[in-house]
Amino acid sequence: MTERMTMAGAINAGLRAAMERDPKVLLMGEDIGALGGVFRVTDGLHKDFGDSRVMDSPLAESGIVGTAIGMAMRDYRSVIEIQFDGFIFPAYDQITTQLAKMHYRSRGAITLPIVIRVPFAGGIGAVEHHSESPEALFAHTAGLRLVSPATPQDAYDLIQQAIACPDPVMFFEPKARYWDKGEVDIARVKAQLDQPDGEALATAEMAKARIAREGADVTLVAYGPTVRLALQAAEVAREEGTDVEVIDLRSISPLDSDTVVNSAKRTGRVVVVHEAPTAFGSGAELSARVTEQAFFHLHAPVLRVGGFHTPYPGAKFEHDYLPSLDRVLDAVDRVMAH
Amino acid sequence: MDAVGPLSSEGLVQLLTHTGEPVENETFSPYAAHLSADDLRAFWRDMTVLRAFDLEATSLQRQGELGLWVQSLGQEGAQIGSGHALREPDFVFPSYREHGVALTRDVDLVDVLKIFRGLQHGAWNPKDHGFHLYTLVIGSHALHATGYAMALDRDGLVASGDPDRDGAAVCYFGDGATSQGDVSEALTFASVYNAPVVFFVQNNQFAISEPATRQSKVPLADRGKGFGIPTVRVDGNDVIACHAVTQWAVRHARSGGGPVFIEAFTYRMGAHTTSDDPSRYRSKAQESYWAERDPISRLEAYLTNRGELSAEFRAEVEAEAKALCERARTAVRSWEREPLLTMFDDVYALPHATVEAERAWFERYEASFADGETAAEGKAH
Ligand SMILES: Cc1ncc(C[n+]2csc(CCOP(=O)(O)OP(=O)(O)O)c2C)c(N)n1
Repeated sequence: MTERMTMAGAINAGLRAAMERDPKVLLMGEDIGALGGVFRVTDGLHKDFGDSRVMDSPLAESGIVGTAIGMAMRDYRSVIEIQFDGFIFPAYDQITTQLAKMHYRSRGAITLPIVIRVPFAGGIGAVEHHSESPEALFAHTAGLRLVSPATPQDAYDLIQQAIACPDPVMFFEPKARYWDKGEVDIARVKAQLDQPDGEALATAEMAKARIAREGADVTLVAYGPTVRLALQAAEVAREEGTDVEVIDLRSISPLDSDTVVNSAKRTGRVVVVHEAPTAFGSGAELSARVTEQAFFHLHAPVLRVGGFHTPYPGAKFEHDYLPSLDRVLDAVDRVMAH
Repeated sequence: MDAVGPLSSEGLVQLLTHTGEPVENETFSPYAAHLSADDLRAFWRDMTVLRAFDLEATSLQRQGELGLWVQSLGQEGAQIGSGHALREPDFVFPSYREHGVALTRDVDLVDVLKIFRGLQHGAWNPKDHGFHLYTLVIGSHALHATGYAMALDRDGLVASGDPDRDGAAVCYFGDGATSQGDVSEALTFASVYNAPVVFFVQNNQFAISEPATRQSKVPLADRGKGFGIPTVRVDGNDVIACHAVTQWAVRHARSGGGPVFIEAFTYRMGAHTTSDDPSRYRSKAQESYWAERDPISRLEAYLTNRGELSAEFRAEVEAEAKALCERARTAVRSWEREPLLTMFDDVYALPHATVEAERAWFERYEASFADGETAAEGKAH
């Protein structure tokens, strides 16, 4: 049972399926009702589920996350929309000091099954604070899970798995990919959730990386917006005689180290590609893990391709700031040169 | 209109009806008494030029020359009226729609377009204009305005004995912003430190698609009361009333009276930004109700009734607006991007090893295309 949809459409369909499945699933956020969200990801849901399930909230991110925490204490599963990456910060306190730590502090008595949807990353010519990649800040915080879909299929599956997960999940939506289309199997995740231990199965599956393309010479690791770029780079490298494997992480926290490390052991060469600045970013974490776990298999240092240690620049500069096909290929050449 | 709540027009200070008839107000008329016919013509001119510029920027966006444009359409009265109540020692903290206030602070409106063309994040020196950079994270600048006001006070620029030296900070934000924690915190600081800051809320009735009723159950001006801050609700489409009320407020603040909270009740006649579709959340009937309350035609009616708006003056203003629009169009199309490596400038005030290393790597990498060499090894990116 597959249907062709955009990534935005797949998230919308996934939200709808989760809301139909569980009356305690609520959507909260700014402009998600009549407008359907600024990216129209919640289009039509307000009409079908009404005010009490699709809540246009006051313009207060800390308020949205904080009240969702209180509601979760009475078993409501809020799916929050933060309008843009740059506006997650007013909620940073609630997310990092409260949401992430409540289960630990209460010694497991309180679970907070909240999903925070964050349209993130750049490439759409937006103004300041609308193109950022803050995932490392949250990955550094214990208690949160982070995922990022790269395809409509994953968008559809991951959003439902995230909602089913009893832990807080940050769901980073690559906004430049919202309009990418693909086939979506709409039966698979339902079958999984219908199992008696559906929550655990869904949560475990959510944490698995996917080998998006097999290859023998170099491993390119990407997630969210850069997966398509990595696949393009693999195509071009093929023409030049280099066989590139592409791993789509899907989950940033936890990291599926096994999939990455096993691939690194096979190819001996790893390049990580993400949009966030490389300094102290998730590429640094991946590089460290590969080095620790596959050191004797490596033919070259692990390289990172990412943004710079500058604020995200004006839109006219973003294509130079962001990892480009050339920069990825340059890194592939550099690891191959060893 | 609603009888209560943030969409009610109860208790608005008005000095001109929407058909252009003057109204007396015991408290605030004196603060408009100094306005000459020339001053009012200047208000009309600024509002007219601003609107023309705004429409030009909208079409530049439609033609793909700007990534986005945030219109001030319909809010000209609130912005021009309040902006002209400010003086040199005052400092404005705008959000992102305050093009009219920018105009009154001698910021070249054409420069503002650099932000929306994606060339830079701030296109003027705030210190040259007493006008801070635009703020995109809603409400965060309310605290900066308050801190600035606290510093003015420390520096002896409040109730100094020489009223010409005294200053105030003026912070503009929207109805939606009143929900942000930062705004509540700013009101707390302003109140307990008696800071000379005027919070000027333009209640244009929407935060993107959400009506002001989603932010508050009471008129927004009431927000100030719980913090012990004097509040005024003013007809935001009445440029004279906005001027008078702001005049009163800044004098109150500059003379040591502490903060003031003004709600200018107005209407966003355009879309939220050029990427918005207001037909999803508001009616044509509402739009035409507000079209009849247009801030420009109101003053125009007043001036015309008194024979104060000559055909020559209108022609002059029309020519001025046209020239500004032409200059905007030409400038926008002619702007070159600055050299790529400027991307690494000004991240820090003094050199920073990470940025320097990345700049050097990028320079070599770029050069490798020019002269055919391979890029240097071993570094990220
Ligand atoms: C902290 C934060 N959250 C969300 C946004 C996205 N956003 C931009 S403008 C806007 C509505 C603002 O409404 P209001 O404060 O009433 O000002 P107006 O645009 O009407 O002038 C929203 C939600 C933002 N810029 N900052």
